[in-house]
Amino acid sequence: MKILTHPTSSVDSTMMFIFVAAVLTMPIWLTPIGAAYPDLMQRFVIFGLFATGFNILFGLTGYLSFGHAAFLGIGSYTAVWSFKLLGMNPIPAAIFAVVVSGVFALIIGYVSLRRSGIYFSILTLAFAQMCYAIAYSDLIGKFLGINLTNGETGLRVLADDPRIMDGVLTSGIDTSALTVNLFGLDLTHTWVWNGFQFNAGFYFCAFVLIIASYIAMRIFRSPFGLMLKAVKTNQNRLNYTGVNTKPYTLAAFVISGMYAGLAGALLCITDPLAGAERMQWTASGEVVLMVILGGMGTLMGPMLGAGIIKFSEQKFSTWGKPELHEFLAFIPDGIRDTVVSVASLFVGSGWHLTLGLVFMLIVIFLPGGIVEGGRRILMIVTGSNRRNRQIQAAAQAAE
Amino acid sequence: MDAIILQVLNGLEKGGAYALIALGLTLIFGTLGVVNFAHGALFMLGAFCAVIMRSLLTYEVATGEVEATAWGTEVAVTTPYVTNLFGDFGNTLIDWAVPVSILLTIPVMLIVGLVMERGLIRHFYKRPHAEQILVTFGLAIVLAELIKAQFGANPIPVPEPAALGGMADFSGIFGSEPGTITYPMWRFVYFLFSAFIILVVFCFLKFTTFGMVVRAGMEDRETVGLLGINIGKRFTFMFAVSAMIAGLAGAMYTPIISPDYNIGMEFLVLSFVVVVVGGMGSLGGAVSAGFLLGLLQSFSAMNEVKAIIPGIDQIIIYLVAIIVLLVRPRGLMGRKGVMET
Amino acid sequence: MSLIKKNLDRRGVLKGSAAAGLAAPMFFNGSAFAEGENYLNAPKGKSVTFGFNVPQTGAYADEGADELRAYKLAVKHLNGEGDGGMMNTFKPSNLKGNGILGKKVEFVTGDTQTKSDAARSSAKKMIEADKAIMITGGSSSGVAIAVQSLCQEAGVIFMAGLTHSNDTTGKDKRANGFRHFFNGFQSGAALAPVLENAYGKDRKAYHLTADYTWGWTIEQSISEATQAKGWETVETVRTPLGAGDFSQYLTPVLNSGADVLVLNHYGKDMVNSLTQAVKFGMRDKQVNGKDFTIVVPLYSRLMAQGAGENVKGIFGSTNWHWSLTDDGSKAFVKSFGQEYGFPPSQAAHTCYVQTLLYANAAETAGTFNPCGIVEALEDFEFDGLGNGPTLYRGADHQCFKDVLVVKGNENPTSKFDILEVVEVTPAEQVIYDPEHEMFAGGELGECNAGAA
Repeated sequence: MKILTHPTSSVDSTMMFIFVAAVLTMPIWLTPIGAAYPDLMQRFVIFGLFATGFNILFGLTGYLSFGHAAFLGIGSYTAVWSFKLLGMNPIPAAIFAVVVSGVFALIIGYVSLRRSGIYFSILTLAFAQMCYAIAYSDLIGKFLGINLTNGETGLRVLADDPRIMDGVLTSGIDTSALTVNLFGLDLTHTWVWNGFQFNAGFYFCAFVLIIASYIAMRIFRSPFGLMLKAVKTNQNRLNYTGVNTKPYTLAAFVISGMYAGLAGALLCITDPLAGAERMQWTASGEVVLMVILGGMGTLMGPMLGAGIIKFSEQKFSTWGKPELHEFLAFIPDGIRDTVVSVASLFVGSGWHLTLGLVFMLIVIFLPGGIVEGGRRILMIVTGSNRRNRQIQAAAQAAE
Repeated sequence: MDAIILQVLNGLEKGGAYALIALGLTLIFGTLGVVNFAHGALFMLGAFCAVIMRSLLTYEVATGEVEATAWGTEVAVTTPYVTNLFGDFGNTLIDWAVPVSILLTIPVMLIVGLVMERGLIRHFYKRPHAEQILVTFGLAIVLAELIKAQFGANPIPVPEPAALGGMADFSGIFGSEPGTITYPMWRFVYFLFSAFIILVVFCFLKFTTFGMVVRAGMEDRETVGLLGINIGKRFTFMFAVSAMIAGLAGAMYTPIISPDYNIGMEFLVLSFVVVVVGGMGSLGGAVSAGFLLGLLQSFSAMNEVKAIIPGIDQIIIYLVAIIVLLVRPRGLMGRKGVMET
Repeated sequence: MSLIKKNLDRRGVLKGSAAAGLAAPMFFNGSAFAEGENYLNAPKGKSVTFGFNVPQTGAYADEGADELRAYKLAVKHLNGEGDGGMMNTFKPSNLKGNGILGKKVEFVTGDTQTKSDAARSSAKKMIEADKAIMITGGSSSGVAIAVQSLCQEAGVIFMAGLTHSNDTTGKDKRANGFRHFFNGFQSGAALAPVLENAYGKDRKAYHLTADYTWGWTIEQSISEATQAKGWETVETVRTPLGAGDFSQYLTPVLNSGADVLVLNHYGKDMVNSLTQAVKFGMRDKQVNGKDFTIVVPLYSRLMAQGAGENVKGIFGSTNWHWSLTDDGSKAFVKSFGQEYGFPPSQAAHTCYVQTLLYANAAETAGTFNPCGIVEALEDFEFDGLGNGPTLYRGADHQCFKDVLVVKGNENPTSKFDILEVVEVTPAEQVIYDPEHEMFAGGELGECNAGAA
């Protein structure tokens, strides 16, 4: 085990510090690229959390789940039900979402992990699609005769819901607006300073993300994390040595499911509506894209991937020819029309094409994602490439 | 009773589509050991071969006349050039666009399959299954988006030949009153078509030397290679054949559901479930699971069934898949050691 | 001035403005709102931004594209470009053709993907990043309801596009939301007499219903309206939205003893289910000694086009049709046809009208403040927008106007001439009490102007 290199704790602390600072100052440094509005920043943080959790399963153990969106949805529904029954406080909503999605992850994980490889992927896919169908048509709700998911419209908080704790916790504060409030602090509230928007909901999510990332880092560095990496490297060898790997993989599955549930709850904390679409299998595919794009198995990669995908989605999907003309203004007029008409295939409603292409290129040429790309560039710059290869070669020879 | 017979017919037609896609998928698993998430996209490309064929045949040229529109502008009057060229035969040709499109689908899909295998898939034989899934998933998105860029996001209606458009009356066969058991002709044709393709594929693998080598290669690729047979070339060809099967399944399906760019994705998840239920690597398993799940899906939509378990029609496939995998982890007819790492 | 400017308490503003609204005289002059610009996204420069949130991908993309065309046309007309379209026939109107309140109208677009999640996210983006003062659009009731409640919470006006569920202005109505389009109840009320005339009193109906808010309310509306005429509802079956293949739901119809199939589907679902029903021979069948027939309660020319031949002779209802010959409709069809080369759909019509109505309300109120808009639109009576005299009822923010009963044209003269209007049901026949049981249970609440 000692051969595995281990970043020193001081490196981790520095990284964590930079990360915290970067997250908290997002409303400032994202302004020049036009991304510093609350909805998008909340999405960066929430999907960063989702991807980080997914990475604990996929990045560490190599088990590719194609059904994690189910937990995102379960977390969302739980959170909205918490709002409806208990009140508009985000804390119980988040706690219940984590617990309930953890229970579902335990059941689904227990069943799915009886198989590995492609079977595992398809089992998780089948489970997620089933959850999606159940939520979209509110099958359990119909069975029980209650409105459990509110089908296609999505589950919302209504004025006549009990919200029993609202009067208790926030006495004297008007909660009739049905927005989420943290003991009276309206999370839709935005402070404006010099044009920068500091949104309460964003900071709540950012705070959750920071804690969750710290936990993820501890998991990566723990003996448990090492065991998961060992599962990825060679599960058979572990089994032969008498290690039962299933409890480890199941634990990873449940943890990542809880992360997804928490992300789902945050989605509802920033916008109290739980829609079934977020459970569709394409949503599960999206989180895989994020992790791969950023760099699977790395700490910061998934967050980076989530940010890039959400940013491009918001920006490129609304671009048309006029924006392209503006953007490509430096190109001479004659050529620009041609360039614009080609480029317009890749923006607007065609931006998924860009996404698919980038994704393929990453998988083909850079399976380690952006983080690995950055590392390679760094190596070329510092010239440590050759030395590193020698070390790798030596390590391989030793195996 | 009549209702049950109708749902059986329905299940067979659905099952036919599932079986064809699953057959191709499992052929690719079995031969190349690749998990192809772009297989649904191949189905979709086939469907658009039919769309292209029809639009080629119905391409209209101006006659030189103009007519006024209700909002006060003028438009040129046009007629299909095929009609101008061939007269009535041209109209028949337009009417039979879907069956005729098979002539286009076969070469196009073979080429698509070859290019895909040589250009992309071949580099992924030795990579982990997760990466195969991911790169083909990316390819599926790209193919769907390219079709969307060309044909738009909306379904494009493609009618079947008028002669095959009516209802087939099966009442006589089952001894019921005439007119009680009727089923759309084209859907029945689709079932016959899928059965025929499946039969051809099985005969090809069973009774030709080429097929025998392929089967041997699926059992033990290395030994076959040691015998001096270029198994790689044959497997490449089988990939193209699988693409062609998916394409044909798509082309013939267009009159049943008007295709759009997303139709492949809709079928993909289902067909994976079918393959897993059938048992990965087992051709017979894929086909029988296809029909089985088609039938189950049809039956679960019956009002009598839904009265007992509401909404069962929407989750039955996944439920069956989960139960089968728990009871028989390798699927109904799966072999040991296929795709387990 | 402190560096961090804390927003005014939103609720405080809200109550203040609501009180001001109540105190305003009957003939509102707008001054109460014009002086205080304390509302969300108050336009600061020379322009004002609208958010057009339409489905650009997915099952309703066709409709979304046509809505967007209409919006662009409306913006042109508002800014004084083009021939002015229905601005010339709209009365009483305060529109001047120089933008709104002197500000040039600009717009941003978003893709709802016909998903509640995506639609809300896209609306939020337009409100937060693009500072849109009004959100409009949509082609599905589920989405409309979700976006309407978002706009209520955020504090901007939502002018609903194509949404036909009773709930939009029923139990999910909101003070900041307005609907010009008609609804399921009105379809039922208009269709039932026509169906009775055409098919008689003794009929057995089988409903296939899209499983979401619109489907449920249209199913209830049609079956109650037809039952009142003596029909029997044999079975109602819910189909998942976007099912694609409806064969397994259609086969049980054949032997159910029903002689009418009601397809409570819209968009791609309707195209697929109708086409497939016809292929299942349902138009050539005889049941109970009568010709089997199909009814499509909500028609759209766009989807009728997708279904082709199959719509011939099939009854349904529609909000508006381009073949209407009143001045407003003619002006709109001409203007739209010249711009794009084909006539507008009902979705395009309602979106165009909603944009003009909003603009006019802003001119009347003298402000873009949502509470001023609400005040100006409530109980507003107008004419010349294609549907005859129309009332924007204040109690539920629903428009009341004539409803068209249409039939698939047996002998179309062009590919747009697919529907023929068989009856114009006057508004009095389709009006209902705001507390009617199909609409009860909702609260408009108070208008929300957000915070500056």
